[in-house]
Amino acid sequence: MATQILRKSKTLIQKNQLFLLGSVVNKSTFSPPTFQSGVNPFVKCHHVSLLVNNPASLFSFSRFESTKAEAQLNLQNYVSEDEDNNQGIDFPGGKVAFTSEMRFISDSDHKRVPCYRVLDDNGEIMKFSNYVEVNKEMAVKMYSNMVTLQTMDIIFYEVQRQGRISFYLTSAGEEAVNIASAAALAFDDIILPQYREPGVLLWRGFTLQQFADQCFGNTSDFGRGRQMPIHYGSNKHNYFTVSSPIATQLPQAVGAAYSLKMEGKSACAVTYCGDGSTSEGDFHAALNFAAVMEAPVIFICRNNGWAISTPVEEQFRSDGVVVKGQAYGIKSIRVDGNDALAVYSAVHTAREMAIREKRPVLIEALTYRVGHHSTSDDSTKYRPNDEIEYWKMARNPVNKFKRWVERNGWWSDKDEIEVRSSVRKQLLEAIKLAEKEQKPPLEDMFNDVYDQLPSNLKEQERQLRETISKHPKDYPSDVPL
Amino acid sequence: MSSNCVKRFGGRWVSLVSHRGFSTSSEQGLKSLNLFSAINQALHIALDTDPRAYVFGEDVSFGGVFRCTTGLADRFGKSRVFNTPLCEQGIVGFGIGLAAMGNRAIAEIQFADYIYPAFDQIVNEAAKFRYRSGNQFNCGGLTIRAPYGAVGHGGHYHSQSPEAFFCHVPGIKVVIPRSPRQAKGLLLSCIRDPNPVVFFEPKWLYRLAVEEVPEDEYMLPLSEAEVVRQGSDITLVGWGAQLAIMEQACLDAEKEGISCELIDLKTLIPWDKETVEASVKKTGRLLISHEAPVTGGFGAEISASIVERCFSRLEAPVARVCGLDTPFPLVFEPFYMPNKNKILDAIKSTTEY
Repeated sequence: MATQILRKSKTLIQKNQLFLLGSVVNKSTFSPPTFQSGVNPFVKCHHVSLLVNNPASLFSFSRFESTKAEAQLNLQNYVSEDEDNNQGIDFPGGKVAFTSEMRFISDSDHKRVPCYRVLDDNGEIMKFSNYVEVNKEMAVKMYSNMVTLQTMDIIFYEVQRQGRISFYLTSAGEEAVNIASAAALAFDDIILPQYREPGVLLWRGFTLQQFADQCFGNTSDFGRGRQMPIHYGSNKHNYFTVSSPIATQLPQAVGAAYSLKMEGKSACAVTYCGDGSTSEGDFHAALNFAAVMEAPVIFICRNNGWAISTPVEEQFRSDGVVVKGQAYGIKSIRVDGNDALAVYSAVHTAREMAIREKRPVLIEALTYRVGHHSTSDDSTKYRPNDEIEYWKMARNPVNKFKRWVERNGWWSDKDEIEVRSSVRKQLLEAIKLAEKEQKPPLEDMFNDVYDQLPSNLKEQERQLRETISKHPKDYPSDVPL
Repeated sequence: MSSNCVKRFGGRWVSLVSHRGFSTSSEQGLKSLNLFSAINQALHIALDTDPRAYVFGEDVSFGGVFRCTTGLADRFGKSRVFNTPLCEQGIVGFGIGLAAMGNRAIAEIQFADYIYPAFDQIVNEAAKFRYRSGNQFNCGGLTIRAPYGAVGHGGHYHSQSPEAFFCHVPGIKVVIPRSPRQAKGLLLSCIRDPNPVVFFEPKWLYRLAVEEVPEDEYMLPLSEAEVVRQGSDITLVGWGAQLAIMEQACLDAEKEGISCELIDLKTLIPWDKETVEASVKKTGRLLISHEAPVTGGFGAEISASIVERCFSRLEAPVARVCGLDTPFPLVFEPFYMPNKNKILDAIKSTTEY
């Protein structure tokens, strides 16, 4: 019986492969990147719509070179392919075939899931690339934003080192994930960030002054000075306020996405996390809820190799994050997070799928945290300098994208100097203003705990004011009373 | 206030009382309802009056293990009333996201004993959502319902009263009703309140407590305690299912010539200190009773606050008659519980102090 199934699967795979071969050859302009299907892709390959979603379309050649990999693919077919086989069990959730072979599903594939990329190391578009086109205007905006983000990081980091702000956290090395994912989304899409995606907010128009105001916790900070620097948030920009706990935003994004679906909006929720987040319960809760609720949400996991000092080998034993999607029934893709065009294409395509098919998508972006975890961390204590240097120089996502933009004749050295110096100037001005501006008044300590001030807070505010008047020197003088 | 009937059930006195004191609806539209049906009515009204209201949680589609969500999925559809995977942190996290988009997210946690996986979402997320964003975002539409408390045979994991954990968290409200009429009115207020609320339902009373409940929509104010029985010798403060036990103790004390004033706190945070304070200033004595373990229970907070405010008026130490500091023990439940006679003894020793 097992051989019968194997034969059937093979036929399906062959059909599938031919079909896809045709599609690759015929599509010369745009064919979007492919996603690991949450459902068994081979069973449904006769559906034309699944062309986009079939993992074999990109990776079929290399995968079929390995007989082991093929056997494992066939194994997947045991689960649902054998519909006309009476030797099965009607189980809630669908029919399951019996097999006389005692065989454990492998703990991992022989080969790691390949990483989708568009630009090679030299910033040239790879042959046979499937990608969503980026025009000059968009490319220049993306590159300028990356440069702005870099400049922000350099200057704010320095400002923290000078003791003028209490904390900072850079996005260095992850500029492409930040900016290219933001560029591929629509403004109506709701962002539920972690804390290393300020580039998304920057892309949406949050000003340098607003970033500075938040870092200084002054009266113009939307958060009223209540949170540490980098905990940005803006209702106007559909960007939920950052909170420090890891992965809590993920199940919330499912709720937000469900709301968008119920409202009939042509938008999705997009949430970010790191590799460390995938160990949290909330990550698994979110993926499972998203699949079951059929929520249009995109999970973007920035796998940057390090969760503070914990390397990915000590975080999980799976092939990274991308493989976790399928177990939950979620289409997933691994992309080169340092390739802005790949990130852009994958997110753009994921967005269309999420909204059209009303379902979640998981994107694992392989990238690297070039900076320390935060200003409270010294990463040279736990990782080799040459590793950092390699990612900083050889695999720098901004430089790589720049080479492509320059090659197209869309960017010159003059542009580069202009943008960098202009951003620097604006930022220094913004920081000067933010530093001078007043702190939020004392009443903002008590406001917004609830929609209205309850009696216990009224009482505590009154008591506090009495104490302050008795011991004014105990309290900072820059907070207006 | 009058006591209509008293039933003996499983060694525990449950008093089913009607409270003439409050007038929220015409007396004509009254119907005899148990507590789960009253909750069910409130959920029907919430879904009916707001197309952006949702009810979800484990097993809610078929009506829920306590039947509180009976008929909702049929009437309002499976996209507004639905099962979730078995995952409390997912339920609350999902609810926060749904609420933050301007919906009323009514989440059910099947037992309060299982709310802990969602603790992070409640404490670090829901409670701080408005504050941390400077009121740019809020999840005020979130209401988390959870059955709590002893039920006679629940053991460790179907009996807990975890309210005190949540009373330590600025940004959420904690509400516990004592009866069907209270449950309906308070639940509707919680659902419509612009702040996230944890609503603990006394599961022992789901079927046992029957009361005349107005059929129409009505709401009862949050953060307002209610003096459900006037007295002059001692003030008793409690909430939820414990109110009925305390009432029995009050009746017995009365036979011995002690006049007890009984207060239902209803909202634990932010709580109505003023009503309790006024009562203690009158009686000079205070007794607090709850099922949760005495140490670190919310009774400690009430005691400390009232001593601060009424120290010179107190004629005896504040008494606490609460659960013991053990895990909730199955066969020892009758020993663990703050029962009528424990309360009665404390009333006597406090008044005789």
